[in-house]
Amino acid sequence: MENITNTIQTIPLNEYILLSSIIFSIGVIGVLIRRNAIVIFMSVELMLNAVNLLLTAFSVYHGDASGQVFVFFIMALAAAEVAVGLAIIVMIYRNTNSIDINVLNRLKW
Amino acid sequence: MNTFYFIAFLSIFFSILVITAKNPVHSILYLILTFFTFTIHYILLNAQFLAIVNFIVYMGAILVLFLYTLMLINLNKESEPAKSNLVKIAGVIGGCCFLVTIIASLKALGASPAVVLKDPSLGLVKNLGKVLFNEYLLPFEISSVLLLSAMVGAVLLATKEPKTT
Repeated sequence: MENITNTIQTIPLNEYILLSSIIFSIGVIGVLIRRNAIVIFMSVELMLNAVNLLLTAFSVYHGDASGQVFVFFIMALAAAEVAVGLAIIVMIYRNTNSIDINVLNRLKW
Repeated sequence: MNTFYFIAFLSIFFSILVITAKNPVHSILYLILTFFTFTIHYILLNAQFLAIVNFIVYMGAILVLFLYTLMLINLNKESEPAKSNLVKIAGVIGGCCFLVTIIASLKALGASPAVVLKDPSLGLVKNLGKVLFNEYLLPFEISSVLLLSAMVGAVLLATKEPKTT
């Protein structure tokens, strides 16, 4: 335990911000370039996790436990979101026999 | 120190694989690996409660849900029509612009102090439980209502409509 605590002593906060923003942008790119609705959904999960990691890093940095409680709430929210979202995807698949989002472009108007 | 950079490299590597894998099932498996590296990040930050919750909720529940849905609607073949290259390049450029903006603003801030764990018991269950049930009791109760409504909504959406004849 002492070892682990010593590990983070030398990492600047900027590195955490950098890591989280890289993973967040990978999620953004995933949403933009894929057509499979489930993969898009997974990219959204990736973005949520990047934010979670950054919140935890800031919480440790400031020595305030509220950040970690907030991450806990985000996880509960993500679970609810995944349940409803996957149900919607299953329903779309049943109606259109595809989860290609380009089939859904009638939602534009 | 080196552990952090190695795990960070793994996170980025696997998350790139998530969005580039052709087969959606491979995507999900890479996503599991990505979340595992996130768990290690939490352990490195000594946020033990979050590490366990991340492990159970994300890797255990959410990804199994993804995998079940994908296999139930039988999309594990590589049938996804690719987007046109123009859209792909535009998407990558858009994401990179976002990244460059954040990095530039980070550079403008200059060097930051190191992340120092002042209180080693910060992320332990005992400490977090006290904060959660003292200051955040109402949001905690409301999130239970949210989970209930999500469950009802998911069941309502996913069940087939009864024949109304």
